[in-house]
Amino acid sequence: MLKRINIKPWQLILGVVLLGVWIYCYIANTDITNSVVASGMRFGMPLALAAMVGIMCERSGVINIGIEGTMLLSGFTGFYVASWSKNIVAGLMIAILTGILTSFVHAMMTIQWKMDQIIAGTIINILASGLTSFLYKQGSTIPNSWPIFDIPILGQIPFIGHAFFTQQGPIQYLGLILIPAIWVMMYKTRWGLRTRAVGENPGSADTAGVSVIKVRMINVMFGGAIGGFVGGFICLELVGSFSKEFTAGSGFTALALMIFGRWNPMGAFAAAILFGLAQALSTQLQIFGVTNIPNQFITMLPYVFTIVVLAVSAGKVRPPAAAGKSYEKEQA
Amino acid sequence: MKFKITRDALVPIASVLVALAIGAILIAAQGHSPMQAYHVLIVKGFQSTSGLQATLSKAGILIISGLAITFGLRAGLFNIGAQGQVLSGALAFTYIGYRLHGIPMWIHIPIALIFGAACGALVGGFAGFLKATRGVHEVISTIMLNSIMAAIVDYLTQNQFRLQGQPNTRTPDILHSARLPHIFGYPTGFIIAVLLAVVINWVFKRTTIGFELDTVGRNRSASWYAGISVKKSIVLGMLVSGAIAGFTGGMFSSETTGYFVPAFYSGIGFDGITIALLGRANPIALIPGAIFIGGMRSAQSAIQFEAGVSPDIINLLLALVLFFATAPFLAKLIKSNAKTLTTTSGWGS
Repeated sequence: MLKRINIKPWQLILGVVLLGVWIYCYIANTDITNSVVASGMRFGMPLALAAMVGIMCERSGVINIGIEGTMLLSGFTGFYVASWSKNIVAGLMIAILTGILTSFVHAMMTIQWKMDQIIAGTIINILASGLTSFLYKQGSTIPNSWPIFDIPILGQIPFIGHAFFTQQGPIQYLGLILIPAIWVMMYKTRWGLRTRAVGENPGSADTAGVSVIKVRMINVMFGGAIGGFVGGFICLELVGSFSKEFTAGSGFTALALMIFGRWNPMGAFAAAILFGLAQALSTQLQIFGVTNIPNQFITMLPYVFTIVVLAVSAGKVRPPAAAGKSYEKEQA
Repeated sequence: MKFKITRDALVPIASVLVALAIGAILIAAQGHSPMQAYHVLIVKGFQSTSGLQATLSKAGILIISGLAITFGLRAGLFNIGAQGQVLSGALAFTYIGYRLHGIPMWIHIPIALIFGAACGALVGGFAGFLKATRGVHEVISTIMLNSIMAAIVDYLTQNQFRLQGQPNTRTPDILHSARLPHIFGYPTGFIIAVLLAVVINWVFKRTTIGFELDTVGRNRSASWYAGISVKKSIVLGMLVSGAIAGFTGGMFSSETTGYFVPAFYSGIGFDGITIALLGRANPIALIPGAIFIGGMRSAQSAIQFEAGVSPDIINLLLALVLFFATAPFLAKLIKSNAKTLTTTSGWGS
């Protein structure tokens, strides 16, 4: 059974322990527990979606460390278009479009011109940071943030309902649908099979008649669309404003979560939520004054956690075999 | 890794021109005069004596920062987080610089620089250790260490190392005996930087260690078959890369800032990445790029005061230069056949 759904025993134990702690806290103080879990979701969802960008690209064999830049650029355009047109839907659309365009540049560099993928991603990041910081203007606001609402029936489920299905914005809920959808696409559809084949053994996939270049281009750009979506999500719904370098390394954290989740959408999602919960919990402890840790060490926590997560998992997991290698068609 | 002067050198020059052209359009779009902005850039960066002195001082720092990244790149490691190592080296240098009283300059400066480099090496080496033993990719770990070091340094400056009775958070002044002297107004740091570039070039060209690192950087499995310890090379590569970055921070404190405030050092590590990539991981070839970027950086504040353009234009210009110089389409146009640069491929350890 465990083998079939691909869960390791220690993961099961961790899950049971967490569930136990959650139930205990829920009984002890329902309101605070619910708000911590909900804010954990808010911390975790953008990271989970950003990890999807990485999965999209890497499953097809392209390492994308430009997630950070993609989010930054699309958050920027999304926010300013929303502010200028007074329409947040237009802002989100532009953000997604920017994501696609940015990843198109990335795809051209890595797939067509066969540049080093890590350097290409770095260039995307530097370019995004340069463009957004130069064009940044203070004092713009968006007309209104997305409304925060409860989902009618699901929100009333005792225990889990309040934590997951209330007091969130529409994009947050959309993420709850999008991630399982990506999982289904990756493992149950023809497109997913081709993606995985291209990422593991592009030579064989090519022999079988799959166009490696085409699959990779499509996947990277689809990933870019998600990246744009996350950028718009953060600037238009979560924070409601654009600030310079708002991504602050979260694109790299997302990659670590992707590795921790073994390039599996649901795994990365679980890792991101766990990460979000840890952050929400440490914030809550700070508010309560339970811990008297200096502020700097609290801000440091997610970064330390990322390194720990990688140190625990990175050596044990196996990345897609062709990730990082550009594909050269063999000449007859 | 031969650097052909003729066609290959045209690519960076062409990239600079294209970047300046795009920058001009964007400056004009913001309602400022691009000609005036670039005029300020040239006068403040390269023409006047004081401008040239400031440029060379900045260039010296940037050469060393670029060397830090280059050293890693040659060993197949992308030390994207040199910034954190620069910060730790700078704070360590400053601490020794204001704490040790009554020793002559020729002892004080080396001790402080070595201590700064050691602290940088600690941070970089930690990332190398994680990569060699746990398979943690250095791109992620060093980026995370950047933020961690920024927080630690901020904490230390606000508490233990803080100069008391001052409204702004800063450390005490570095003693005169730890300040690098200037020769006729020209910075000694620049000379040190060029010497270091020559030494590192020699290490890769003429020594066994350098050859081993270079081989590991080119092909990890081949070097494993040849009996080179890949793990040792990874740790060593990151260790030295971090040490050079820490040295950068120390030298900047000694020559320019005189005391430690974290914001002074922003961007030094990242400019090092641009410089190393522009120089195609060649220790000597990065020097012109570093002088160019040093000039842009030292004219950065003047461009705001005298031309009214946001100083972030420099970040944008550098990003564009990097993009055009590394993406191969300009190179194809000029028919240069310089190979594209590779670091590590894949996440594998």
